[in-house]
Amino acid sequence: MTQLPPPSSVKLGLVIDLDTCVGCHACVVSCKGWNTENYGAPLADEDPYGADPVGTFLNRVHSYEIQPDEGAAQLVHFPKSCLHCEDAPCVTVCPTGASYKRAEDGIVLVNESDCIGCGLCAWACPYGAREMDVAEKVMKKCTLCVDRIYNENLPEEDRVPACVRTCPAGARHFGDLGDPDSDVSQLVAERGGLDLMPEQGTKPVNKYLPPRPRDKAPEYDILAPYLEPVTDTPKGFVGWLDRALSALPGGE
Amino acid sequence: MHPAPSVIIFTSLSGLGFGLLFWLGLGVLAPTGWVAFVFFVIAYLLAVGGLLASTFHLGHPERALKAFTQWRSSWLSREAWASVAALIVMALYGAGLVFFGTRIALLGWIGALLSIGTVLTTSMIYAQIRAVPRWHHWSTPAMFLSFSLAGGALLAGEIMIALPLLAIAGTIQVYTWIDGDSRLARSGTDIASATGLGTTGTVRAFEPPHTGTNYLLREFVHVIGRKHSRNLRVIALASGFGVPILLMLLPFSHMLAALAVLFHLAGLFASRWLFFAEAEHVVGLYYGKR
Repeated sequence: MTQLPPPSSVKLGLVIDLDTCVGCHACVVSCKGWNTENYGAPLADEDPYGADPVGTFLNRVHSYEIQPDEGAAQLVHFPKSCLHCEDAPCVTVCPTGASYKRAEDGIVLVNESDCIGCGLCAWACPYGAREMDVAEKVMKKCTLCVDRIYNENLPEEDRVPACVRTCPAGARHFGDLGDPDSDVSQLVAERGGLDLMPEQGTKPVNKYLPPRPRDKAPEYDILAPYLEPVTDTPKGFVGWLDRALSALPGGE
Repeated sequence: MHPAPSVIIFTSLSGLGFGLLFWLGLGVLAPTGWVAFVFFVIAYLLAVGGLLASTFHLGHPERALKAFTQWRSSWLSREAWASVAALIVMALYGAGLVFFGTRIALLGWIGALLSIGTVLTTSMIYAQIRAVPRWHHWSTPAMFLSFSLAGGALLAGEIMIALPLLAIAGTIQVYTWIDGDSRLARSGTDIASATGLGTTGTVRAFEPPHTGTNYLLREFVHVIGRKHSRNLRVIALASGFGVPILLMLLPFSHMLAALAVLFHLAGLFASRWLFFAEAEHVVGLYYGKR
């Protein structure tokens, strides 16, 4: 059913700390691994060892440069996967009912046996969270590791999405963003977590914690003001050579 | 957006076919016998041929029947219903004209409404997509509807109807280009809102997540097709609307009318190519592209 369910009280999602992410892509690899070996069709790779490898991924890490008006530029690593939006446009456009949002926890999923591979849901998603699998010809997307988080065959510490479990920096957090007292909600409140493309009206559940401002090192060098500035005009023989060459036609 | 030939052919041909069915259903022309047969065959070849072409871009066409289930929310599902309903009703109406020489007016009106409704549902598939600001606008259905009505009238040989409609469709076409060119910039979505990083400085895409290409770049950041945009716009406008209008102002002959239809079709393909190739999906912003 591609009509959206009424908003669920439980909203499972991710909180991604852009201040902490080191851009190692471990989440990308663990996501690809888990979702190739477990639920649903495996994630295809075309020409994996050739000149033009192309593959399906449910999570990708971009890197951005922020250039402030003053000072050095800052590099931010930016993991991006499905945001499990409350008003998910990818769900309502689906003609077959393959794309749906779970009423109980808000996870957006694709029923692959109903998917006709028309690609319209990927068109509707502003975030590029859905990718058509070239081998299976069905739409693939982040499942929030629905086959891990409720899986009682796994040790309790593994009942989180693979990307969260693997992140060596602790930049990814999983929890219920519908509960204002949950750890993830507290984190979002404390750090000013934000929505991507809020103007698109999708109401994403996943939140991003912006990088904290860099510390400014105070000036400790008390001798520097007393030192002579280094001259940039050469002296002696080099100085004579510089003047002589400059006097030639075409010299500066 | 990637200008997939199957979708360009589908939207162009089925738009023309349903446009012709609209005028036939309305009774603007009410041929009977063999003449009616030829008109309906042309209309059905275009409409059904287009629909068949559209299934070529499906990953699993064998599951296409499932697309009838979600009409409550999905314009694609509504299109499936509208097209099948229009084709059935117009087949009954056509059978009356071809085999019995009688026109069942009510059936024709319903069929006309369903035919033009199919074109509307097609256009809404694109217009509903907010992630493509160029499409998310009233002018998208206006363009599809005016093209279909004008092309249908041209095919029907109704010169007095086709002339003003072609002029209107051409005008809407020009408006969609001029206004559409700045819609992404006006949408409020940019790399700063996409990343949420714009508060402390200027954001630039530094490194993409992958060294090669991927589905997203192939499907949504298709820039090659925009290379000859200006020339294609001139071709689309002249061939699709200008030349057919001039040809119809000349004394009528079947030869000239056929030529006008061919020119219109060529212009239509160029226009539809641009409709896809020039559409910027906001996901391109994540890659520092548009």
